[in-house]
Amino acid sequence: MVNLSTKIHNITLKNPVMTASGTFGYGEEFADFIDLSRLGGIIVKGTTGERRQGNPYPRMAETPSGMLNAVGLQNVGVETFCREVYPRIKDIDTKIFVNVSGSSIEEYCHVAEMIDEFDNIPGIELNISCPNVKKGGMGFGTNPDMAAQVVRAVREVYHKTLIVKLTPNVTSVVDIAKAVEQAGADSVSLINTLLGMAIDVERQRPYLSTITGGLSGPCVKPVAVRMVWQVAHAVQIPVVGLGGIASAADALEFLMAGAKAVEVGTANFVDPTVTIKIVEGLEDYCQRHNIQDINDIIGII
Amino acid sequence: MKHITDFTILRRQQLGSHYFSLILHHPGQLPSIQAGQFVEVEVKGCREVMLRRPISIHDVDYTANTLTLLVQIVGNGTRQLATLNEGDTLNLVYPLGHGFSVQGAAPLLVGGGAGIAPLLYLAKCYNGRGVRPTILLGGRTKELIPVRGAFEPYGQVLYSTEDGSLGEKGLVTQHPLFSVPYDHICTCGPTPMMKAVGRYAVEKGIPCEVSLENMMACGIGACLCCVTDTVDGHKCVCKEGPVFDVTKLAGFLENK
Repeated sequence: MVNLSTKIHNITLKNPVMTASGTFGYGEEFADFIDLSRLGGIIVKGTTGERRQGNPYPRMAETPSGMLNAVGLQNVGVETFCREVYPRIKDIDTKIFVNVSGSSIEEYCHVAEMIDEFDNIPGIELNISCPNVKKGGMGFGTNPDMAAQVVRAVREVYHKTLIVKLTPNVTSVVDIAKAVEQAGADSVSLINTLLGMAIDVERQRPYLSTITGGLSGPCVKPVAVRMVWQVAHAVQIPVVGLGGIASAADALEFLMAGAKAVEVGTANFVDPTVTIKIVEGLEDYCQRHNIQDINDIIGII
Repeated sequence: MKHITDFTILRRQQLGSHYFSLILHHPGQLPSIQAGQFVEVEVKGCREVMLRRPISIHDVDYTANTLTLLVQIVGNGTRQLATLNEGDTLNLVYPLGHGFSVQGAAPLLVGGGAGIAPLLYLAKCYNGRGVRPTILLGGRTKELIPVRGAFEPYGQVLYSTEDGSLGEKGLVTQHPLFSVPYDHICTCGPTPMMKAVGRYAVEKGIPCEVSLENMMACGIGACLCCVTDTVDGHKCVCKEGPVFDVTKLAGFLENK
């Protein structure tokens, strides 16, 4: 029997496979396809202080081995989340995290404080890395001082596990990771999407209404593995790895690079059952390599 | 309930140079499918294509357990699908979205180009309720209206082409039988056509459903990429649509 269970701060995940925010709705969208209780965790849609409409259509463009999106944090807002969504998802037998987003420190704190009340949400993922909003988002995540300031403020009001999601759109992701660790983060997750752009040459205009958007999918994976490896060697807190994971082998790259858990994102759009295939693939890999505990391969590189 | 299933291609038919159809066999019993729902088709073997392609369901046969897709070749994904052969498998996530309501005793179904695809199964669903719809199919030319004969058994079929190569010359809204007093209109096709049909319906007070085809990633309401503006804010075309009551769409009837 292989042990797939890993720990993020004080949260025990039944396996290291979680779903990335903004790619898995509130989990319910996938309930027809998979048994959600087999997941290590679900990170639900980015949630802000107020309801948001997001950016105008078109906000998606397919690119080689990936896609650009510019959804812009469309979500129901934290109050509706608490009132309507939480009761529907609270009993799913997995670890549910809320991705907390905002345009100001006050907004991040307001959302975090409201989520703090819920017994069945053991942690949040603080999104200081969304590239698709005009105010806040990535603005906080590209400067170590600003990043530390948000994290310190949220740390004051939020008492459970605080994961901070980092952007790759920086010169040194390690500097940001160290700054948020210092400011009280319990874990970091990376990478959010890479800022990108694509142009429809026939129409001579950008594909996205916002011109630029976030690149995700298999094309970003080598960048993500590199950054996870760099950060895992620079901080003491656990690292959650994501970026282009579509198979167990992809997940293993992140684990070997030092991630204690992974998030599967864009691949959910291509195969709604991919997360379970990855869980099974990890177990199969461990058996083939005679590994009793998945933790034995975490950070071996 | 949505499913993910490997279908086998029983029959592939080329329909002129722009379209082909695939009859897909389900290994077990097909679930119940609404007219206007769609499938997300996996595309293998093309470097440029990662995402599934949303394709509307053209026909359903619960006895033979087959689905028919009518596909217009428009880009890398559909070009790759066009290379599939009989006997190949095709993975589908389906049935997706919210279909037509199949209301009215004297309905008009208006299709243009690839937008005629969902209207065949829709016509059959009307027949199942004892209603014989009027079906108006339009295109720039005769070649751009595929599977013309398929509709004949299920309703009164009218044609209009911009070059006059089939039926009346002009746009669908200029067809002399367009302005007969129908009590329900369903339309799928190019946006300018649906807007013209929608404007007419609203003016006459006729309930009208339009089927949109925004670009999608997931097809199940998770990625929020395919939104359209409605009176209740952004809604996913894949989940709340693709079929919408035209009066619920915000700004849709304005000229753009």
